[in-house]
Amino acid sequence: MIELEGITKRFGEVIALDRVSLKIDEARIFAVIGNSGAGKTTLLRIISLLERQDEGRYLYKGEDAWSKEEDLKRRITMVFQKPVMFNTTVYNNIAYGLKLRGYTREEIKTKVAEMLELVRLEGYEKKNAKRLSGGEQQRVAIARALITEPELLVLDEPTANLDAANASVVERCIKELVGDGTTVIMATHNLFQAKRLSDRVAYLFNGRLIEVGKTERVFEKPENELTEKFINGELYF
Amino acid sequence: MGMELIFNGIRGAIELILGANPDVAEIAARSVRVSGMATLIASTWSLPAGLAIGLYSFKGKGLLKSLFNSMLGIPTVVLGLILYLLLVPSGPLGFLGLIYTEMGISFGQALLITPIIISFVTTSIESVEKEVRELAKTLGAGRFDASIAVMRETMAGVVLSIIAAFNRAVAELGVAIMIGGNVFVRGSALNTRVLTTAIQMYTSRGDIEMAIALGIILLLIVFVVSMVLNFLQSRFA
Repeated sequence: MIELEGITKRFGEVIALDRVSLKIDEARIFAVIGNSGAGKTTLLRIISLLERQDEGRYLYKGEDAWSKEEDLKRRITMVFQKPVMFNTTVYNNIAYGLKLRGYTREEIKTKVAEMLELVRLEGYEKKNAKRLSGGEQQRVAIARALITEPELLVLDEPTANLDAANASVVERCIKELVGDGTTVIMATHNLFQAKRLSDRVAYLFNGRLIEVGKTERVFEKPENELTEKFINGELYF
Repeated sequence: MGMELIFNGIRGAIELILGANPDVAEIAARSVRVSGMATLIASTWSLPAGLAIGLYSFKGKGLLKSLFNSMLGIPTVVLGLILYLLLVPSGPLGFLGLIYTEMGISFGQALLITPIIISFVTTSIESVEKEVRELAKTLGAGRFDASIAVMRETMAGVVLSIIAAFNRAVAELGVAIMIGGNVFVRGSALNTRVLTTAIQMYTSRGDIEMAIALGIILLLIVFVVSMVLNFLQSRFA
């Protein structure tokens, strides 16, 4: 579904991504792991078409992604690590994507209710989204992304700031989503989460792709010494 | 002695206000009308300018912002003097016939508050622009819809800029006295006396009761306008 070939991204003198090549399959959960500053977020932002690579090719279903930018932006949705809320009600936040797509008022009402049930926020419609707790905001962000039924959902540390109860709701949503045919790419520094949820995993270190493969294989028999040290918690900075 | 003067002044002021002194009412109404018109005139060019500077990147943007920021503190008497020299009958803009008119004061005050509206709007857009634009884009918004989303989020900043601009206009003295001339003949349609010029005049004449009465009214206008606009903004949001 997604092919990245030699993706390089620089911010001034800093090389955030260094010739990263990856293939990501459809209807699967793909985890990107690595320390802070490894380039995970930059990779996700490029895949979400929020940042353009300096070098390399980004192919989406065999075609250059940037040449179909406007179309793909309606099929790819990203949820940020720190949820950003529109300064309005939970209902309006979740409904935003559907309003853009021209859904009717009744359709929107039904779908928002479904989403609120999915993220267990029934009765929150009229609350101001900015006044919710971090965990509740992250669930609104997930619902707002899911309601557009994206082909590809990109999640940047989706549970980093959540307590166990909120994290479990979000993880359940991710699993249900993949069952419905959506592809999920998530960055996480939570190795247990990557192991628990993902089918394939990529390990980034200082902007370079160190290892990529089936989750079970990477965790059980890492091929690279750096991956092994990272998984065993022996990589210090 | 000083305290007695103030207490007597306040007592007399309350009597003047409660007795609905027609001169006081006329001057207060003119202040609101003149400064309201100034805010309206300034908004017609300052809001689009502030939005454009905040939303778009262009060469010289930093310089333009610095220019407007530095003009925030322009002394009103200096602006009044410049406008006086331009608007007197023998001046280059004398043909406009604005000197010693309500509209002349409104025009001068509009120029005075232009940097306030532009700077407030630009700053409030820039404080949310990147994250709200990216959020809207990840949910499928194009450039236009993303800009609309940014503008919606800055509504509080826009309202604040209008409040600050009106308050600055209604409370300034320099432009009102140099362009308006503090003209007052009971029953005349050509009067230009506003609260600030009247306070200055009555104080210099030693009519402290009248000066305090007008001062209280000026403060009430500032508080009431701020509260009403804040209420409208919160209802709107």
